[in-house]
Amino acid sequence: MSEHIDPAAAPVTSRATSDPAGTLTAGAAGALDVSVGRVRREQLHQLVRSKAFIVGSVILLWWIVCAIFGASFAPYNATTANILNTQLAPSAAHWFGTNDVGEDVLSRVIVGARDILEIAPLATLLGTVLGTTIGLAQGYLRGAFDMLVGRIVDAALSLPIVIVAFLFVVAVGASTITLIVVIGFVFSLIIARTVRTAVLQERELDYLAAARLRDESVPHVMFVEILPNVLGPILVEFTVRLGYAIFTIATLSFLGFGVQLPTPDWGADIAINSNYLAAGYWWETLFPALAIASLVIAINLIGDSIEAVLIQ
Amino acid sequence: MTLPASPELSAPVEPSTTLEVSHLDVAYRVRGKDRLALRDVSFSIGHQESFGLVGESGCGKSTTALAVTRYLPRNGRLSAGSVLVNGQDPAKMDKRALRRFRARTISMVYQEPGRALNPSIRVGRQVAEVYEVGGTKKNEALARAEELLGMVQIADPGRVLRSYPHQLSGGMLQRIMIAMALASQPSLLILDEPTTALDATVEAEVLDLVSSLRQRFQTSVLFISHNLAVIAKMCDRVGVMYAGELVEQGPAQEIFDNPRHPYTVGLLRCVPRGGQRKDHGRLDTIPGFLPGPGEVQVGCIFAKRCALASQRCLEETPPMYDAGAGRTSRCHYHEQAPELPRATPEDVTLRSPDRSGEPVIRLRGVSKTFHTRGEHVRAVVGVDLDLKAGETLGLVGESGSGKTTLARVLLGLSVPDEGSIIELEGSPLAPECAKRDRRQLQAMQIVFQNPDSALNRRHSVRHIITRALKKLAGLSGEACERRLLEIVRSVRMEERHLPLRPYQLSGGLKQRVAIARAFAGAPRVLVCDEPTSALDVSVQAAILNLLADLQSRERVTYVFISHDLGVVRYLSDSIAVLYLGRVMEYGPAETVFSGPHHPYTESLLSAVPSLDGSPRERIRLKGEIPSAAHSPSGCVFHTRCPRRLANGLCDSTEPGLVEVEPGHMLRCHIPVDELRRLQTTEDADLKAGQPKIS
Repeated sequence: MSEHIDPAAAPVTSRATSDPAGTLTAGAAGALDVSVGRVRREQLHQLVRSKAFIVGSVILLWWIVCAIFGASFAPYNATTANILNTQLAPSAAHWFGTNDVGEDVLSRVIVGARDILEIAPLATLLGTVLGTTIGLAQGYLRGAFDMLVGRIVDAALSLPIVIVAFLFVVAVGASTITLIVVIGFVFSLIIARTVRTAVLQERELDYLAAARLRDESVPHVMFVEILPNVLGPILVEFTVRLGYAIFTIATLSFLGFGVQLPTPDWGADIAINSNYLAAGYWWETLFPALAIASLVIAINLIGDSIEAVLIQ
Repeated sequence: MTLPASPELSAPVEPSTTLEVSHLDVAYRVRGKDRLALRDVSFSIGHQESFGLVGESGCGKSTTALAVTRYLPRNGRLSAGSVLVNGQDPAKMDKRALRRFRARTISMVYQEPGRALNPSIRVGRQVAEVYEVGGTKKNEALARAEELLGMVQIADPGRVLRSYPHQLSGGMLQRIMIAMALASQPSLLILDEPTTALDATVEAEVLDLVSSLRQRFQTSVLFISHNLAVIAKMCDRVGVMYAGELVEQGPAQEIFDNPRHPYTVGLLRCVPRGGQRKDHGRLDTIPGFLPGPGEVQVGCIFAKRCALASQRCLEETPPMYDAGAGRTSRCHYHEQAPELPRATPEDVTLRSPDRSGEPVIRLRGVSKTFHTRGEHVRAVVGVDLDLKAGETLGLVGESGSGKTTLARVLLGLSVPDEGSIIELEGSPLAPECAKRDRRQLQAMQIVFQNPDSALNRRHSVRHIITRALKKLAGLSGEACERRLLEIVRSVRMEERHLPLRPYQLSGGLKQRVAIARAFAGAPRVLVCDEPTSALDVSVQAAILNLLADLQSRERVTYVFISHDLGVVRYLSDSIAVLYLGRVMEYGPAETVFSGPHHPYTESLLSAVPSLDGSPRERIRLKGEIPSAAHSPSGCVFHTRCPRRLANGLCDSTEPGLVEVEPGHMLRCHIPVDELRRLQTTEDADLKAGQPKIS
């Protein structure tokens, strides 16, 4: 029998002190304290180390900076027409060229980030809050309420979201508020479905039986007991929906029901400028389109990496 | 399959050795660092020998099995030492040889039979595959599969082969797994907790099967279990593992009767045995916690928890000492190990329950029927029980006997059938907990089996207990804070645990939090639904002591549900035995255990492997508990009863629950004197003509 005695190894410092309760010792206490918050911190580390998350964040951060400070560093005023410089190809003076009224495309792309980055997160946030509430109630209360909401969700989801939004905008008139409310409402139904599934899994756990034996109110059980345990799927759903919201807003603008000209907006710009594509003026369509694509991809990269970390 | 003992072959092992593990180290790479999961493990298994590895969770039992089969996860590796199976080293095999080795030489049976089979493929296909790998034609393979199932005592192999795994019970699946493992006639069969997921009655059958097949196939067995009694029953020699080291090994009987390592001594003292009861003799505990992998570099790995440890134990790693009688022990003071001082004093003064007073809880005609898809599942049928202040009622029975349903009905988590009466201190209770007032809710609480499910994983210990204090005891502010600290101390936890969340606590600590929460409202009745079955034995002992102390201090009545009869006996004052939702036997704990028993109680008792070496295996229960949707006619137990009367009375008429002695009720047609005569004469026969097992 061999003995491994490593002279370099640190000697064991403390001797076991016999605990009167017979269950706890100082050594174990140390081990416990070290693990405080380790799980969360480790997840965060993993997230920060992921390449997809870094790339996505850098792109998103760039567009946020554009949305807030864009007007101050854009090379030209985005809404100043210049009939002498219409339809110029990309050059040193106008990197992305100019459009049919002579506005600088680069400046319009930079400043155009503002509205979409305002409406999309607000709409998604509204959808998430509303959807989480509906989903929690559906999953926890079950019964007739669950059935009713379930059928409404099915019905609403059978229509493309663009059509639903289109109907609303026509009925109420296009405005930022309309867009936020419409998109938020439709998304809430989709998010409710995800939350409901997560709640159904929680429902079987004994901590909810313990809550019933304490006579906890329904809102307490829903928001204090269950909600913290289903935040993971909600966070993932939020990022996924954010990507879709950007896509939807751009589509509505393209159709003329979003942000109104001359305010710079990617979707609206694509709609106008695509008329000149056949004439070979590709830059005025391509660059706003790339802007939309990059933002959606960035958000999906972030969402995927969060999901990967949470699901392990 | 052993090597021929020819002199030309300079094999490093004798032909009689099937498995030779020497000085094995296994390391897992976690976050860029190697952590030793096994340290200097050496043992060997002879031809046809059965070797047991026993120890608490996390001690490296399964890692040893994975190392032997070369199935270590990708971040694990053998960092030192060697494994030889029939003289061959699996670590040196190429892919083809390894595949052959796993197909022919070695077989493994896992804990969860339901997860070891593919759920979407019929059982027959999967069993036949074992032969097809060996080159047998499809039709012939299927025929041999049928033969194989017959061998493991499956009555209707044809039907079983055509079934999908979810259509079969756990015991049936485990028998199929054992059949598959033996089909290739391996030299070494590894069983990793094969009966842990099964009921005691089914466990007994499976263990019998393994013993008889082992003889027939002349296979060596490596048996892994946390259950000391199962190992004692099944193995010739035993190795006790602790924190990745083999601390003691030797012949099973020697190790369990006369252990020579303080850990083994402590572990054996944690198990309630020999009729030990809470009011005479408290269980001993092992203080402290298992060290993390790599935490102890020098010295004895158990030193921190050992009452015998000296400076020498901290500085000098003990070698394997020869402790006589074929035992080896990794302890400097192995001669003194049997005199290990107790960590918990034995003497205890518990107030015995006052059996004369009015009952706290009165159940009359309590039934619960579940209606699903046109079927009526009668989970609980006509239960009458009285619970006195400060007494413990033990509920025992196989899974599916209605224990948990009865508890949930009592608490108001399930609504009983019309006409069921539940009274608390003389006043009737609403069937649903939502309709009970605060005082009634406060009076009855529960400790669940699985603390991971019972505690909200996003809430801190402080939040969990404070919330119960606010809602049940109606406390707030400073009074609440004061009571919080009081309760936390009474379950032997400390203030520093308050900000932690459940995932930061060990299993035993989590269960303490659950107990603290249940006691927050000073309940009159506490339901304990298998509170220790998810815990290791040393932790179980501490929790059982705690429950006994709290009961004696607070005069609480317990309804204690457990499948472990030793634990039930330790804690209970009276016992109700349930079968298919009916009380078959009810009486003071000592009477129920000493007999005369109901035949069902008798079979439960004889199914449990015992550490004390007294073979109680008089009768074996065949088959499994019938579905409660189609209860048998007459006495519900008659389909499995080993003492069924020949005159057909049992098949046609259901017996009533009759008081046969003062306080002792039985539901059986056989007169109590006849039962006593049957049970005592057979006992005497067994003792007289008993083959030497111990």
